[in-house]
Amino acid sequence: MDLTLILFIILAVTAIATALGLLISRNAVYAALFLVMNFACVAIFYLLLGAPFIAMAQVTVYAGAIMVLFLFVIMLLGAEKLPKGDVLPVQRPLAIGAAVILLAEAVILLVQRFQSTAMLQAPGTVENSMDSLREMSGLLFTEYLLPFEVTSILLLVAMVGAIVLTKQEKGTRG
Amino acid sequence: MTQSDLITILPLLALVVWACALLLVDLFIPKGRKGWTALLAAAGLALTMGLTLAQAGREASGFGGMLRLDGFSTFLNVLFLGSGLLGVAVAYGYLKRMDLERGEFYSLLLFSITGMMLMAQAADLIVIFLALELLSIPLYVLAAFARPRADSEEAGLKYFLLGAFSTGFVVYGITLVFGATGTTSLAKIVEVLAAGSLGTGSLLLTIGAALILVGFSFKVAAVPFHMWTPDVYQGAPTPVTAFMSVGAKAAGFAALMRIFVMAFPSLSADLTPVLWALAALTMFIGNIIAISQTNIKRMLAYSSIAHAGYILMALVAYGNPAVAADSVASALFYLVAYAVTSFGAWSVVMSLEKPDAKGLEINDFAGLGRRNPLLAAAMTIFMLSFTGMPPTLGLVGKFFLFRTAIEGGFIGLAIIGVLTSLISAYYYLRVVVTMYMREGEPQAEGEYWLTFTTVVTALATVVLQFLPAALFALAAGAVLK
Amino acid sequence: MSIPLSWYLILAAALFAIGLFGVLSRRNAIAILLGVELMLNAVNINLAAFWRYLDPAQMAGQAFAVIVFAVAAAEVAVGLALIISVYRRRKTVVADEIDLMKW
Repeated sequence: MDLTLILFIILAVTAIATALGLLISRNAVYAALFLVMNFACVAIFYLLLGAPFIAMAQVTVYAGAIMVLFLFVIMLLGAEKLPKGDVLPVQRPLAIGAAVILLAEAVILLVQRFQSTAMLQAPGTVENSMDSLREMSGLLFTEYLLPFEVTSILLLVAMVGAIVLTKQEKGTRG
Repeated sequence: MTQSDLITILPLLALVVWACALLLVDLFIPKGRKGWTALLAAAGLALTMGLTLAQAGREASGFGGMLRLDGFSTFLNVLFLGSGLLGVAVAYGYLKRMDLERGEFYSLLLFSITGMMLMAQAADLIVIFLALELLSIPLYVLAAFARPRADSEEAGLKYFLLGAFSTGFVVYGITLVFGATGTTSLAKIVEVLAAGSLGTGSLLLTIGAALILVGFSFKVAAVPFHMWTPDVYQGAPTPVTAFMSVGAKAAGFAALMRIFVMAFPSLSADLTPVLWALAALTMFIGNIIAISQTNIKRMLAYSSIAHAGYILMALVAYGNPAVAADSVASALFYLVAYAVTSFGAWSVVMSLEKPDAKGLEINDFAGLGRRNPLLAAAMTIFMLSFTGMPPTLGLVGKFFLFRTAIEGGFIGLAIIGVLTSLISAYYYLRVVVTMYMREGEPQAEGEYWLTFTTVVTALATVVLQFLPAALFALAAGAVLK
Repeated sequence: MSIPLSWYLILAAALFAIGLFGVLSRRNAIAILLGVELMLNAVNINLAAFWRYLDPAQMAGQAFAVIVFAVAAAEVAVGLALIISVYRRRKTVVADEIDLMKW
């Protein structure tokens, strides 16, 4: 057992545990905080994989900006309580069914692991350096220019949309 | 940017720049004069339509193969822009009447159409994912646009939650396809699959394709992923519903056709049974539940679900190279027939709608035949077209769909299609009966652009059926290569 | 690097399944949205893992992951705005109280 393997197992267990915590938590604030924990674990996975930029973006954008926004809205609305008996009768079997199918997929992948070694090992080593960042930012402005620009339009649309949705109109109850 | 990049993106670029400019210009248009914003939005759409038509027949590929310009994209872009123009036409009077006039409406509509056009042109899974978001996010906002009316806000929220959920499926599926093939470009996926060296990755690919199918089934409202449709269609402002039922559905099918017909014909052995079940279930459930509806918006919502089933029927045979071209052509043809008919029906609904979502029961149509013969005649045409009866475009469209299904060897499915069409006659004709046989005093709105839309779509529904060959030839020319 | 690719994929699938279960079993709009975020998170694990194991020289996976981040942010902004706007009137975000999950 080498160190990365131990680290992976610890992180994986934590990630799953926090995800389950999100699922059972009866308080929206706790649920959001569980998700922050989960995102932090995943950020370390990215470091393990040698993708420091995504790891940083994960912490700043996801765990930082998005989850803070979530917490802010939950607090603002005073909507912490997630009531018990939270489930509709039809939904539980449906949810279990869908989740089981996807987990079955995971198990199939696990079984395949023993049949084939083609997908096993990562080629070479990748240093956690910022060289890859330079390369990727170059790529975003050349090969991925179109997706990049569309993303910027998307953010503009989201901004306009959010303003339209929350702007108080004069004379209406807003 | 090379010249070929510029050619492929030109209409898109024009529309998106226009939408951004409109956002700014609208600030200087005083409240109560938003007709100018509507006019400018229509001008932008017309300009883009002109650019698109000027490029008709041209084939180009830009941005390293991420964006395609071909017959398929031109055909669909004209459909999207056309429904956008009709959307602006019906929205102008409606927003004024319902006291919802806000200039952002038109900009958001334009952004959504940009997303749809991007979807039709996309030849890369990343771009397809982004196009899906770009067309959906403005629609979430537009569905909630009748704020502070509660049902509209709920429609927006519900559409958003299920839309975001389905996006999760699409993008998870895309990553699995990426993992299996090592690329997101559809053209390169075709190469990788042709080389046939996937090994264990093929399972990943199948699962990925299935998840993408699930995600887009939400978007086109196929059973069992339809549950959001009735509530959202009912709650959203009616012009948005009309636009959504036409544009978002067509865009969803555009993506399905691009991805499945172009990249995954080899998966048809696994996916055809799934598509078969999806189509049969959608036609069946959609039509059955529509019977029990009393609200016209809900009824049309279930009708829209059922029609997704008919279009899916054409795609079931996509893996069979002998009929693949026909299956795309007949699906495109039916999308046009559905777009024209659906927009017309919604415009009649808008004519009778009163503030606070009143006047939307089917019973409110009673007496329309005597009171407003023109409107009643138009509605009759639309209902006949939905059912697939002469003398309408719907009949021709269904004929091509059934022919494709039978030629593809799916006679059982075609029979289900015919049977469910017969069932659907019951609730479509009930509207006609209510209009002509029952007494009532409906007050119809005589606003110019609304009447214009009703008349144009009604004429199109009747006239276009006389040139099915020409229209089908256009659709057939739009086939994916 | 002794961790096989499939472990990452299984982890991602598990997180995706948990998120999916959360979306389907919750009625609170905020909880549903948290579930969706978990699903998108699983997507990014997949992308990073495929990038690393298939072809680290080609940055497509990472670039895609960055785009997914931005899209998730846009989605959350609109989603929370919708939630706020509904809540202001109804004083509830429980989805069935706002008649939401009428399947």
